[in-house]
Amino acid sequence: MIEISNVSKRYPNGRLALSGLNLTVEKGEILAIVGGSGCGKSTLLRLLAGLDRATSGDVSLNGSAIAAPRAEIGLVFQEPRLMPWLKIEDNIAFGILHLPADERRTRVGEALERVGLAEHAQHWPRELSGGQAQRAALARALVARPEALLLDEPFSALDALTRSDLQQHLLDLWAYDQPTMILVTHDIEEALFLADRVVVMQPNPGRVRAEFRPPLARPRDRLDGAFHDWKHKLLAELGHANRPLAGEEHFPAAAI
Amino acid sequence: MLTGLYGLSGLVLPVGLALAWEVAVALKWADGRLLPTPSAIFATLAALARSGDLATHVLTTLQRVALGFGFGVIAGTFLGALSGYSTPVRRLIDPTLQALRNIPSIAWVPMFILWFGIFETSKVILIAVGVFFPIYLTLSGAILGVDRKLVEVGRIFRFSHRQMITRILLPAALPSYILALRSGLGLGWMFVVAAEFMGAEAGLGFLLVDGQQTGRPSVILASIVAFAILGKLTDGLLALATSRLLRWQDSFKPAE
Ligand SMILES: Nc1ncnc2c1ncn2[C@@H]1O[C@H](COP(=O)(O)OP(=O)(O)OP(=O)(O)O)[C@@H](O)[C@H]1O
Ligand SMILES: [Mg+2]
Repeated sequence: MIEISNVSKRYPNGRLALSGLNLTVEKGEILAIVGGSGCGKSTLLRLLAGLDRATSGDVSLNGSAIAAPRAEIGLVFQEPRLMPWLKIEDNIAFGILHLPADERRTRVGEALERVGLAEHAQHWPRELSGGQAQRAALARALVARPEALLLDEPFSALDALTRSDLQQHLLDLWAYDQPTMILVTHDIEEALFLADRVVVMQPNPGRVRAEFRPPLARPRDRLDGAFHDWKHKLLAELGHANRPLAGEEHFPAAAI
Repeated sequence: MLTGLYGLSGLVLPVGLALAWEVAVALKWADGRLLPTPSAIFATLAALARSGDLATHVLTTLQRVALGFGFGVIAGTFLGALSGYSTPVRRLIDPTLQALRNIPSIAWVPMFILWFGIFETSKVILIAVGVFFPIYLTLSGAILGVDRKLVEVGRIFRFSHRQMITRILLPAALPSYILALRSGLGLGWMFVVAAEFMGAEAGLGFLLVDGQQTGRPSVILASIVAFAILGKLTDGLLALATSRLLRWQDSFKPAE
């Protein structure tokens, strides 16, 4: 279980990226975070991943504070961040160097299959398309088999077809060892298709505006009427969340 | 075929000039005494080679460069990596090294002779000092310039300091490092001449001095030619040996 209580984050340049954020994510839950650009989604994931510390408030996994990166938590960055000097298979093995070589090979082989990159195992990152690179980054996080997987807009660089393909993949993956997943996305449809719960964030400073638990049966169908209605509901909510209100700019200073 | 010819275009200028000089002297338009013709230089080289002197001089010089380069590279790599990685180490050693680097290395010669005598040790140390600085400066700078985004991947996977250095920082700095090795080697060849000027019984630098003292410009030019060939050859070997390490690079390649 991941608990975020009363978390604020102020960057050294004075920017208040998150303010008084509260959120609990159950083990095995798929949570989607949506919100406009700059509302602190990546910042939140960085705190959860242990890359940054909150200015105030607590972030914990299974009751112990997250102060540094943890083996149980995996992160897929907003950009692929592959090591340009490693072949794709070595990039994917990058996080499991401590495992014996044969175990490493099996896991990498499996992951390559799962994300559809088997024939690119021996290629350099520069030889991949943007979407392929993003899939390699996903595979790199998967092979470490984290208990919680944080995904920062992992599919935003992909075409609609590959994207829905990978979304289905992600659900299959989840069924495999049921990791907790926190998925940041701009794409309402993606959030609705994947998540048990959708959190809408709003900017200046970043905080939770609303939470929804769409009662849509799985497997979900994007063409379903209820799916459609929920999509509109969330779009409207997102529209409100990102409309700047007069006086909001003064809120940050008071919040910390 | 055409590309093969393109590759030779670098030869047009030197070969043309050499031929022109040869012809000018043969037709008595010019006097070849102070600037010997290519054929005279070649004859001198051939004579030196037959007597076995050339091999002795070349091997002596080569050994000095190899030792000096080796020690310079080891020290430069070690301190450069440390100073790039660790802020406390950098604060400790960098100001001193930056100050020392502004001293022309040749200025150390008298000191080195006092400390280490006029034999091999002082020569090798002088060369090593010359090689050390470009390697140290480039490597520490390149490590400081490594993309934070790649370093964060290592942090997510909880890399040790050692892993961070060997798996991310050094590979990322490799292209600059290899350029530094090559410029270090070039400096090694420069400094071996200086070292051999300060008194030597053998070596190509000794041959230069000898040619001057005995008034034989063809000997001077013969050793200059030998320097040029050796310098080019060792640089080519270094470039060849390292090119495999840089296959992953996605860099600008000018059109033919
Ligand atoms: N390293 C940083 N230093 C200072 N300010 C930062 C830094 N990183 C982010 N910010 C600021 O914090 C706010 C939240 O940024 P964040 O990257 O978390 O947004 P986001 O919701 O992920 O946006 P996007 O959807 O565009 O990726 C932004 O206003 C941004 O300018
Ligand atoms: Mg972001």
